[in-house]
Amino acid sequence: MDESDSKESAREIVVPGDLLAITGKRAGPGTYSEGGKIYAAQMGIKQVRPDSISVVPLSGQYIPIRGDLVIGKIIDIGASNWLVDINSPYPAPLHVNEVPWRVEFGETGKFMQVGDIVLLKIVSVDEVKRIGVSMQDHGLRKLTGGMVIKISPSKVPRIIGKNGSMIQMLKNLTGCRIYVGQNGRIWIDGDLDNIIRAVQAIKMVEDEAHSLGLTEKVKRFLEEGSRKEA
Amino acid sequence: MGGTPTDLKLIDENGLRIDGRRPDEMRPLRIEAGALKRADGSAYVEWGLNKVMAAVYGPRECHPRHLQNPERALVQCNYNMASFSVDDRKKPGPDRRSHEISKIISEALTHVVFTEYFPRTSIDVYIEVLQANAGTRCAGLTAASVALADAGVPMRDLVASCAAGKVAGTIVLDLTKEEDNFGQADMPMGYVPTSGEIVLLQMDGDMTQEEFEKAIKMDIEACKKVHEVQRDALKRRYSQKGESPEYAAAPEAKEVA
Repeated sequence: MDESDSKESAREIVVPGDLLAITGKRAGPGTYSEGGKIYAAQMGIKQVRPDSISVVPLSGQYIPIRGDLVIGKIIDIGASNWLVDINSPYPAPLHVNEVPWRVEFGETGKFMQVGDIVLLKIVSVDEVKRIGVSMQDHGLRKLTGGMVIKISPSKVPRIIGKNGSMIQMLKNLTGCRIYVGQNGRIWIDGDLDNIIRAVQAIKMVEDEAHSLGLTEKVKRFLEEGSRKEA
Repeated sequence: MGGTPTDLKLIDENGLRIDGRRPDEMRPLRIEAGALKRADGSAYVEWGLNKVMAAVYGPRECHPRHLQNPERALVQCNYNMASFSVDDRKKPGPDRRSHEISKIISEALTHVVFTEYFPRTSIDVYIEVLQANAGTRCAGLTAASVALADAGVPMRDLVASCAAGKVAGTIVLDLTKEEDNFGQADMPMGYVPTSGEIVLLQMDGDMTQEEFEKAIKMDIEACKKVHEVQRDALKRRYSQKGESPEYAAAPEAKEVA
Protein backbone atom coordinates (compact mmCIF):
# COMPACT_ATOMS: atom_id res chain seq x y z
CA MET A 1 0.00 0.00 0.00
CA ASP A 2 2.97 2.30 0.42
CA GLU A 3 3.58 2.02 -3.31
CA SER A 4 3.33 5.28 -5.16
CA ASP A 5 -0.19 6.30 -6.10
CA SER A 6 0.10 6.54 -9.83
CA LYS A 7 2.41 3.65 -10.59
CA GLU A 8 -0.05 0.82 -10.31
CA SER A 9 -3.21 1.43 -12.28
CA ALA A 10 -5.00 -1.86 -11.68
CA ARG A 11 -5.41 -2.74 -8.02
CA GLU A 12 -6.82 -6.20 -7.94
CA ILE A 13 -8.75 -7.14 -4.82
CA VAL A 14 -8.32 -10.77 -3.87
CA VAL A 15 -10.09 -12.92 -1.28
CA PRO A 16 -8.77 -15.94 0.66
CA GLY A 17 -8.31 -18.94 -1.61
CA ASP A 18 -7.80 -16.97 -4.81
CA LEU A 19 -5.05 -18.40 -6.98
CA LEU A 20 -2.31 -15.78 -7.37
CA ALA A 21 0.46 -17.54 -9.28
CA ILE A 22 1.27 -20.98 -10.55
CA THR A 23 4.99 -21.08 -9.72
CA GLY A 24 8.29 -19.27 -9.82
CA LYS A 25 7.75 -16.70 -7.12
CA ARG A 26 8.16 -16.58 -3.38
CA ALA A 27 4.97 -16.52 -1.33
CA GLY A 28 5.07 -13.17 0.52
CA PRO A 29 2.95 -11.94 3.43
CA GLY A 30 -0.78 -12.53 3.14
CA THR A 31 -0.31 -15.58 0.93
CA TYR A 32 0.39 -19.28 1.28
CA SER A 33 1.68 -21.91 -1.09
CA GLU A 34 0.36 -25.39 -1.53
CA GLY A 35 1.34 -27.87 -4.20
CA GLY A 36 3.61 -25.30 -5.87
CA LYS A 37 0.79 -22.82 -6.30
CA ILE A 38 0.42 -19.55 -4.43
CA TYR A 39 -2.96 -18.60 -2.99
CA ALA A 40 -4.22 -15.53 -1.16
CA ALA A 41 -4.61 -16.07 2.59
CA GLN A 42 -6.24 -12.75 3.34
CA MET A 43 -8.61 -10.36 1.70
CA GLY A 44 -6.55 -7.52 0.27
CA ILE A 45 -4.79 -6.03 -2.70
CA LYS A 46 -2.60 -8.27 -4.81
CA GLN A 47 0.95 -7.05 -5.15
CA VAL A 48 3.32 -8.57 -7.67
CA ARG A 49 7.04 -8.00 -7.33
CA PRO A 50 9.74 -9.47 -9.59
CA ASP A 51 10.63 -12.22 -7.12
CA SER A 52 7.66 -12.48 -4.80
CA ILE A 53 3.93 -12.08 -4.62
CA SER A 54 2.02 -10.77 -1.62
CA VAL A 55 -1.35 -9.51 -0.45
CA VAL A 56 -1.67 -6.19 1.35
CA PRO A 57 -4.54 -6.73 3.79
CA LEU A 58 -7.55 -4.40 3.90
CA SER A 59 -8.43 -5.22 7.49
CA GLY A 60 -7.15 -7.15 10.46
CA GLN A 61 -5.84 -6.92 13.98
CA TYR A 62 -2.50 -5.41 14.91
CA ILE A 63 0.10 -8.11 15.54
CA PRO A 64 3.21 -6.66 17.23
CA ILE A 65 6.54 -6.80 15.41
CA ARG A 66 9.88 -6.00 17.02
CA GLY A 67 10.86 -2.38 16.42
CA ASP A 68 7.32 -1.05 15.94
CA LEU A 69 6.43 2.32 17.39
CA VAL A 70 3.07 2.03 19.15
CA ILE A 71 0.74 4.19 21.20
CA GLY A 72 -0.36 2.38 24.35
CA LYS A 73 -2.77 2.98 27.15
CA ILE A 74 -2.00 2.02 30.74
CA ILE A 75 -4.63 -0.42 31.94
CA ASP A 76 -3.14 -1.77 35.16
CA ILE A 77 -0.37 -0.99 37.60
CA GLY A 78 1.84 -3.55 39.30
CA ALA A 79 4.57 -3.07 41.91
CA SER A 80 7.33 -3.09 39.30
CA ASN A 81 5.50 -2.78 36.02
CA TRP A 82 2.60 -1.23 34.15
CA LEU A 83 0.29 -3.24 31.94
CA VAL A 84 -0.22 -1.50 28.63
CA ASP A 85 -2.99 -2.06 26.12
CA ILE A 86 -1.42 -1.76 22.68
CA ASN A 87 -4.60 -2.50 20.72
CA SER A 88 -3.54 -6.04 19.89
CA PRO A 89 -4.59 -9.49 21.11
CA TYR A 90 -1.60 -9.48 23.43
CA PRO A 91 -1.14 -7.23 26.47
CA ALA A 92 2.26 -5.60 26.92
CA PRO A 93 3.88 -5.33 30.37
CA LEU A 94 6.14 -2.28 30.68
CA HIS A 95 8.80 -2.98 33.30
CA VAL A 96 10.29 -0.21 35.47
CA ASN A 97 13.72 -0.93 33.95
CA GLU A 98 12.33 0.12 30.60
CA VAL A 99 11.23 3.63 31.56
CA PRO A 100 13.38 6.76 31.54
CA TRP A 101 12.93 7.37 35.30
CA ARG A 102 14.29 5.68 38.38
CA VAL A 103 11.27 4.06 40.00
CA GLU A 104 11.35 2.59 43.52
CA PHE A 105 9.60 -0.74 44.06
CA GLY A 106 5.89 -0.11 44.59
CA GLU A 107 6.03 3.49 43.45
CA THR A 108 4.96 2.89 39.86
CA GLY A 109 1.69 4.73 40.43
CA LYS A 110 3.54 7.98 41.12
CA PHE A 111 4.83 8.06 37.57
CA MET A 112 1.97 6.82 35.43
CA GLN A 113 -1.65 6.18 36.20
CA VAL A 114 -4.28 3.96 34.62
CA GLY A 115 -5.57 5.69 31.50
CA ASP A 116 -2.32 7.48 30.64
CA ILE A 117 -1.24 7.38 27.01
CA VAL A 118 2.32 6.42 26.23
CA LEU A 119 4.53 6.25 23.17
CA LEU A 120 6.39 2.95 23.19
CA LYS A 121 8.59 0.72 21.16
CA ILE A 122 8.21 -3.04 20.82
CA VAL A 123 11.59 -4.48 21.86
CA SER A 124 10.83 -8.18 21.84
CA VAL A 125 8.25 -10.65 20.61
CA ASP A 126 8.81 -14.34 21.35
CA GLU A 127 7.31 -17.43 19.76
CA VAL A 128 4.27 -17.47 22.03
CA LYS A 129 3.85 -13.73 21.35
CA ARG A 130 4.93 -12.48 24.74
CA ILE A 131 5.56 -8.82 24.21
CA GLY A 132 8.32 -6.66 25.62
CA VAL A 133 7.99 -2.89 25.32
CA SER A 134 10.32 -0.05 26.18
CA MET A 135 10.13 3.66 26.74
CA GLN A 136 13.88 4.16 26.69
CA ASP A 137 14.59 5.51 23.27
CA HIS A 138 14.72 8.86 21.57
CA GLY A 139 11.30 10.52 21.57
CA LEU A 140 9.51 7.84 23.59
CA ARG A 141 7.50 9.32 26.44
CA LYS A 142 4.19 9.75 28.16
CA LEU A 143 1.84 11.74 25.92
CA THR A 144 -0.03 14.59 27.56
CA GLY A 145 -2.68 16.79 25.97
CA GLY A 146 -4.03 16.27 22.48
CA MET A 147 -6.27 13.41 21.54
CA VAL A 148 -6.01 9.85 20.32
CA ILE A 149 -8.02 8.45 17.44
CA LYS A 150 -8.18 4.89 16.27
CA ILE A 151 -7.95 3.60 12.72
CA SER A 152 -7.68 0.13 11.28
CA PRO A 153 -4.05 -1.03 11.80
CA SER A 154 -3.94 -2.25 8.21
CA LYS A 155 -4.37 1.33 7.02
CA VAL A 156 -1.37 2.69 8.94
CA PRO A 157 1.08 2.43 6.01
CA ARG A 158 -1.33 4.52 3.97
CA ILE A 159 -1.53 7.24 6.63
CA ILE A 160 2.25 7.42 6.70
CA GLY A 161 2.56 7.30 2.91
CA LYS A 162 5.60 6.60 0.83
CA ASN A 163 8.64 7.74 2.83
CA GLY A 164 6.27 9.53 5.19
CA SER A 165 4.88 11.77 2.45
CA MET A 166 1.26 11.61 3.59
CA ILE A 167 1.91 12.20 7.27
CA GLN A 168 4.38 14.99 6.49
CA MET A 169 1.75 16.72 4.38
CA LEU A 170 -0.87 16.31 7.13
CA LYS A 171 1.50 17.85 9.65
CA ASN A 172 2.43 20.74 7.37
CA LEU A 173 -1.07 21.64 6.24
CA THR A 174 -2.78 21.35 9.63
CA GLY A 175 0.06 22.53 11.84
CA CYS A 176 -0.70 19.71 14.28
CA ARG A 177 1.76 17.49 16.07
CA ILE A 178 0.94 13.94 15.05
CA TYR A 179 2.29 10.57 16.13
CA VAL A 180 1.16 7.47 14.26
CA GLY A 181 1.48 4.19 16.13
CA GLN A 182 1.79 1.01 14.07
CA ASN A 183 -1.06 -0.34 16.18
CA GLY A 184 -3.61 1.97 14.58
CA ARG A 185 -3.67 4.67 17.23
CA ILE A 186 -2.90 8.23 16.20
CA TRP A 187 -2.14 11.01 18.66
CA ILE A 188 -2.87 14.54 17.49
CA ASP A 189 -2.22 17.83 19.25
CA GLY A 190 -2.82 21.39 18.06
CA ASP A 191 -5.69 23.83 18.18
CA LEU A 192 -9.17 22.42 17.97
CA ASP A 193 -10.04 23.49 14.40
CA ASN A 194 -6.83 22.02 13.10
CA ILE A 195 -7.33 18.80 15.03
CA ILE A 196 -10.78 18.45 13.49
CA ARG A 197 -9.40 18.97 10.01
CA ALA A 198 -6.60 16.48 10.62
CA VAL A 199 -9.10 13.91 11.90
CA GLN A 200 -11.27 14.43 8.83
CA ALA A 201 -8.30 13.99 6.55
CA ILE A 202 -7.17 10.84 8.36
CA LYS A 203 -10.68 9.44 8.18
CA MET A 204 -10.67 10.15 4.46
CA VAL A 205 -7.39 8.30 3.98
CA GLU A 206 -8.73 5.37 5.98
CA ASP A 207 -11.97 5.15 4.00
CA GLU A 208 -10.27 5.37 0.64
CA ALA A 209 -7.02 3.63 1.44
CA HIS A 210 -7.31 1.39 -1.59
CA SER A 211 -8.04 4.14 -4.14
CA LEU A 212 -5.60 5.90 -6.41
CA GLY A 213 -4.31 9.47 -6.29
CA LEU A 214 -5.07 9.77 -2.61
CA THR A 215 -2.25 12.09 -1.56
CA GLU A 216 -3.41 14.68 -4.09
CA LYS A 217 -7.03 14.32 -3.03
CA VAL A 218 -6.19 14.83 0.65
CA LYS A 219 -4.02 17.79 -0.22
CA ARG A 220 -6.88 19.42 -2.13
CA PHE A 221 -9.24 18.75 0.75
CA LEU A 222 -6.94 20.34 3.31
CA GLU A 223 -6.12 23.34 1.13
CA GLU A 224 -9.78 23.96 0.40
CA GLY A 225 -10.45 24.04 4.13
CA SER A 226 -7.76 26.60 4.82
CA ARG A 227 -8.95 28.80 1.95
CA LYS A 228 -12.45 28.90 3.41
CA GLU A 229 -11.10 30.03 6.73
CA ALA A 230 -9.11 32.88 5.17
CA MET B 1 -38.48 -37.03 9.17
CA GLY B 2 -41.36 -39.46 9.31
CA GLY B 3 -44.13 -39.90 6.78
CA THR B 4 -45.54 -37.39 4.35
CA PRO B 5 -48.97 -36.01 5.11
CA THR B 6 -51.32 -37.36 2.47
CA ASP B 7 -52.37 -34.01 1.05
CA LEU B 8 -48.88 -32.51 0.60
CA LYS B 9 -47.25 -33.14 -2.74
CA LEU B 10 -43.58 -32.28 -2.43
CA ILE B 11 -42.80 -32.94 -6.08
CA ASP B 12 -45.44 -32.41 -8.79
CA GLU B 13 -46.09 -34.20 -12.12
CA ASN B 14 -43.58 -31.98 -13.92
CA GLY B 15 -40.87 -32.85 -11.43
CA LEU B 16 -40.95 -29.42 -9.82
CA ARG B 17 -40.89 -28.76 -6.09
CA ILE B 18 -43.45 -26.88 -4.02
CA ASP B 19 -41.71 -23.55 -4.58
CA GLY B 20 -41.33 -24.25 -8.31
CA ARG B 21 -37.65 -25.18 -8.28
CA ARG B 22 -36.10 -28.02 -10.21
CA PRO B 23 -34.53 -30.74 -8.01
CA ASP B 24 -30.99 -29.42 -8.63
CA GLU B 25 -31.88 -25.79 -8.15
CA MET B 26 -30.79 -23.67 -5.18
CA ARG B 27 -32.84 -20.99 -3.51
CA PRO B 28 -31.82 -17.43 -4.35
CA LEU B 29 -28.76 -16.42 -2.32
CA ARG B 30 -27.66 -12.91 -1.49
CA ILE B 31 -24.66 -12.03 0.67
CA GLU B 32 -23.58 -8.68 2.01
CA ALA B 33 -20.12 -8.38 3.53
CA GLY B 34 -19.39 -5.84 6.26
CA ALA B 35 -22.99 -5.37 7.35
CA LEU B 36 -22.16 -4.51 10.95
CA LYS B 37 -20.03 -1.55 11.93
CA ARG B 38 -18.86 -2.50 15.42
CA ALA B 39 -17.65 -6.00 14.62
CA ASP B 40 -14.18 -6.62 13.17
CA GLY B 41 -15.82 -8.48 10.32
CA SER B 42 -19.40 -9.33 9.46
CA ALA B 43 -21.77 -10.66 6.84
CA TYR B 44 -25.48 -10.85 6.22
CA VAL B 45 -26.94 -13.73 4.25
CA GLU B 46 -30.39 -14.07 2.73
CA TRP B 47 -30.91 -17.53 1.40
CA GLY B 48 -34.48 -18.15 0.32
CA LEU B 49 -36.45 -17.31 3.44
CA ASN B 50 -33.43 -17.70 5.72
CA LYS B 51 -31.95 -14.54 7.12
CA VAL B 52 -28.66 -14.93 8.98
CA MET B 53 -26.19 -12.47 10.42
CA ALA B 54 -22.59 -13.35 11.27
CA ALA B 55 -20.09 -11.25 13.21
CA VAL B 56 -16.40 -11.95 13.86
CA TYR B 57 -14.27 -10.45 16.63
CA GLY B 58 -10.58 -11.00 16.94
CA PRO B 59 -8.11 -12.52 17.04
CA ARG B 60 -8.35 -11.20 20.59
CA GLU B 61 -7.17 -12.16 24.05
CA CYS B 62 -8.70 -15.49 24.97
CA HIS B 63 -10.98 -15.60 27.99
CA PRO B 64 -11.32 -17.75 30.08
CA ARG B 65 -7.56 -18.09 30.27
CA HIS B 66 -7.53 -21.88 30.72
CA LEU B 67 -8.84 -22.28 27.17
CA GLN B 68 -5.78 -20.52 25.71
CA ASN B 69 -3.60 -22.65 23.54
CA PRO B 70 0.07 -21.56 23.52
CA GLU B 71 0.47 -22.84 19.97
CA ARG B 72 -2.60 -21.67 18.13
CA ALA B 73 -5.71 -19.57 18.13
CA LEU B 74 -9.06 -20.93 19.15
CA VAL B 75 -12.02 -20.46 16.83
CA GLN B 76 -15.04 -20.13 19.06
CA CYS B 77 -18.41 -20.12 17.44
CA ASN B 78 -21.79 -19.26 18.83
CA TYR B 79 -24.88 -20.14 16.81
CA ASN B 80 -28.11 -18.70 18.09
CA MET B 81 -31.66 -18.62 16.80
CA ALA B 82 -33.75 -15.58 17.57
CA SER B 83 -36.98 -16.35 19.39
CA PHE B 84 -38.93 -14.90 16.45
CA SER B 85 -37.03 -16.84 13.79
CA VAL B 86 -39.56 -19.68 13.57
CA ASP B 87 -43.37 -19.99 13.49
CA ASP B 88 -43.75 -21.10 17.09
CA ARG B 89 -41.72 -18.91 19.39
CA LYS B 90 -38.35 -20.52 20.04
CA LYS B 91 -37.40 -20.58 23.68
CA PRO B 92 -34.41 -18.25 23.84
CA GLY B 93 -31.01 -19.41 24.95
CA PRO B 94 -28.61 -22.22 24.15
CA ASP B 95 -29.98 -25.72 23.74
CA ARG B 96 -28.75 -29.10 22.58
CA ARG B 97 -29.20 -28.23 18.91
CA SER B 98 -27.46 -24.85 18.98
CA HIS B 99 -24.55 -26.31 20.96
CA GLU B 100 -24.10 -28.95 18.32
CA ILE B 101 -24.24 -26.50 15.43
CA SER B 102 -21.82 -24.12 17.15
CA LYS B 103 -19.39 -26.98 17.62
CA ILE B 104 -19.47 -28.30 14.06
CA ILE B 105 -19.24 -24.82 12.53
CA SER B 106 -16.26 -23.89 14.69
CA GLU B 107 -14.58 -27.16 13.70
CA ALA B 108 -15.22 -26.48 10.03
CA LEU B 109 -13.77 -22.98 10.34
CA THR B 110 -10.76 -24.10 12.41
CA HIS B 111 -9.84 -26.25 9.45
CA VAL B 112 -9.35 -23.29 7.09
CA VAL B 113 -8.08 -20.57 9.44
CA PHE B 114 -4.30 -20.27 9.94
CA THR B 115 -4.68 -20.63 13.69
CA GLU B 116 -0.93 -21.02 14.25
CA TYR B 117 -0.40 -17.34 13.37
CA PHE B 118 -2.13 -16.14 16.54
CA PRO B 119 -1.08 -18.23 19.54
CA ARG B 120 -3.02 -17.77 22.80
CA THR B 121 -5.85 -15.83 21.16
CA SER B 122 -9.42 -16.58 20.33
CA ILE B 123 -11.34 -15.71 17.19
CA ASP B 124 -14.98 -15.34 18.11
CA VAL B 125 -17.71 -15.97 15.58
CA TYR B 126 -21.30 -15.12 16.37
CA ILE B 127 -24.08 -16.39 14.14
CA GLU B 128 -27.55 -15.04 14.66
CA VAL B 129 -30.45 -16.60 12.80
CA LEU B 130 -33.11 -13.94 12.31
CA GLN B 131 -35.45 -15.98 10.17
CA ALA B 132 -35.29 -19.71 9.61
CA ASN B 133 -36.58 -21.91 6.82
CA ALA B 134 -34.33 -24.99 6.93
CA GLY B 135 -30.64 -24.87 6.04
CA THR B 136 -29.65 -22.30 8.64
CA ARG B 137 -26.43 -24.10 9.58
CA CYS B 138 -25.37 -23.88 5.93
CA ALA B 139 -26.35 -20.23 5.74
CA GLY B 140 -24.57 -19.65 9.06
CA LEU B 141 -21.34 -21.30 7.94
CA THR B 142 -21.46 -19.45 4.62
CA ALA B 143 -21.97 -16.14 6.42
CA ALA B 144 -19.31 -16.90 9.03
CA SER B 145 -16.58 -17.56 6.49
CA VAL B 146 -17.37 -14.32 4.65
CA ALA B 147 -17.26 -12.49 8.00
CA LEU B 148 -13.88 -14.06 8.82
CA ALA B 149 -12.42 -12.93 5.51
CA ASP B 150 -13.92 -9.49 6.07
CA ALA B 151 -12.20 -9.35 9.47
CA GLY B 152 -8.86 -9.92 7.73
CA VAL B 153 -8.27 -13.29 9.36
CA PRO B 154 -5.73 -15.30 7.31
CA MET B 155 -7.34 -18.46 5.99
CA ARG B 156 -6.79 -21.07 3.30
CA ASP B 157 -10.11 -20.53 1.59
CA LEU B 158 -13.70 -19.54 2.18
CA VAL B 159 -15.89 -22.41 3.32
CA ALA B 160 -18.97 -22.74 1.15
CA SER B 161 -21.92 -24.68 2.39
CA CYS B 162 -25.16 -26.07 1.04
CA ALA B 163 -27.50 -28.95 1.83
CA ALA B 164 -28.81 -31.75 -0.33
CA GLY B 165 -31.37 -34.37 0.57
CA LYS B 166 -34.05 -36.77 -0.50
CA VAL B 167 -37.62 -35.66 -0.90
CA ALA B 168 -40.45 -37.87 -2.20
CA GLY B 169 -37.88 -40.32 -3.52
CA THR B 170 -35.93 -37.70 -5.47
CA ILE B 171 -32.49 -36.27 -4.64
CA VAL B 172 -32.90 -32.53 -4.30
CA LEU B 173 -30.71 -29.57 -3.46
CA ASP B 174 -31.15 -27.00 -0.70
CA LEU B 175 -34.28 -28.20 1.11
CA THR B 176 -36.94 -25.83 2.39
CA LYS B 177 -38.69 -26.25 5.73
CA GLU B 178 -41.54 -28.35 4.28
CA GLU B 179 -39.14 -30.58 2.38
CA ASP B 180 -36.97 -30.99 5.46
CA ASN B 181 -39.94 -31.80 7.70
CA PHE B 182 -41.69 -34.23 5.37
CA GLY B 183 -38.80 -35.48 3.23
CA GLN B 184 -36.69 -38.58 3.75
CA ALA B 185 -33.22 -37.14 4.25
CA ASP B 186 -31.35 -33.86 4.73
CA MET B 187 -27.61 -33.63 4.36
CA PRO B 188 -25.82 -30.33 5.02
CA MET B 189 -22.26 -30.03 3.82
CA GLY B 190 -19.32 -27.61 4.18
CA TYR B 191 -16.85 -27.61 1.33
CA VAL B 192 -13.45 -26.00 0.69
CA PRO B 193 -13.33 -25.35 -3.06
CA THR B 194 -9.56 -24.92 -3.59
CA SER B 195 -8.61 -28.15 -1.87
CA GLY B 196 -11.82 -30.07 -2.47
CA GLU B 197 -12.05 -30.99 1.21
CA ILE B 198 -15.32 -31.58 3.00
CA VAL B 199 -15.17 -29.93 6.42
CA LEU B 200 -18.75 -30.47 7.53
CA LEU B 201 -21.05 -33.34 6.74
CA GLN B 202 -24.12 -34.46 8.57
CA MET B 203 -27.10 -36.52 7.57
CA ASP B 204 -30.54 -36.75 9.02
CA GLY B 205 -32.68 -39.54 7.53
CA ASP B 206 -31.48 -42.22 5.19
CA MET B 207 -30.36 -42.70 1.61
CA THR B 208 -28.87 -45.57 -0.35
CA GLN B 209 -25.23 -45.40 -1.29
CA GLU B 210 -26.02 -44.36 -4.88
CA GLU B 211 -28.35 -41.66 -3.62
CA PHE B 212 -25.72 -40.48 -1.18
CA GLU B 213 -23.10 -40.22 -3.90
CA LYS B 214 -25.49 -38.35 -6.16
CA ALA B 215 -26.33 -35.96 -3.32
CA ILE B 216 -22.65 -35.32 -2.58
CA LYS B 217 -21.97 -34.57 -6.24
CA MET B 218 -24.92 -32.21 -6.40
CA ASP B 219 -23.83 -30.55 -3.17
CA ILE B 220 -20.27 -29.94 -4.37
CA GLU B 221 -21.56 -28.21 -7.50
CA ALA B 222 -23.86 -26.06 -5.36
CA CYS B 223 -21.03 -25.16 -2.96
CA LYS B 224 -18.96 -23.94 -5.90
CA LYS B 225 -21.82 -21.60 -6.82
CA VAL B 226 -22.12 -20.44 -3.23
CA HIS B 227 -18.38 -19.80 -3.22
CA GLU B 228 -18.74 -17.49 -6.23
CA VAL B 229 -21.43 -15.49 -4.44
CA GLN B 230 -19.19 -15.24 -1.35
CA ARG B 231 -16.24 -13.95 -3.35
CA ASP B 232 -18.43 -11.50 -5.18
CA ALA B 233 -19.82 -10.15 -1.88
CA LEU B 234 -16.33 -9.53 -0.51
CA LYS B 235 -15.05 -7.87 -3.66
CA ARG B 236 -18.16 -5.72 -3.99
CA ARG B 237 -17.63 -4.30 -0.55
CA TYR B 238 -14.49 -2.46 -1.58
CA SER B 239 -15.30 -1.57 -5.16
CA GLN B 240 -18.44 0.27 -4.04
CA LYS B 241 -16.65 2.16 -1.35
CA GLY B 242 -14.05 3.59 -3.71
CA GLU B 243 -16.71 5.08 -5.95
CA SER B 244 -18.60 7.06 -3.33
CA PRO B 245 -16.35 9.36 -1.33
CA GLU B 246 -17.95 10.45 1.90
CA TYR B 247 -15.02 12.20 3.46
CA ALA B 248 -16.86 15.51 3.61
CA ALA B 249 -19.07 14.13 6.38
CA ALA B 250 -18.41 15.21 9.95
CA PRO B 251 -15.72 13.21 11.72
CA GLU B 252 -17.06 10.53 13.93
CA ALA B 253 -16.02 10.51 17.53
CA LYS B 254 -13.93 7.42 17.88
CA GLU B 255 -11.85 6.44 20.86
CA VAL B 256 -10.99 9.70 22.51
CA ALA B 257 -8.51 9.39 25.30
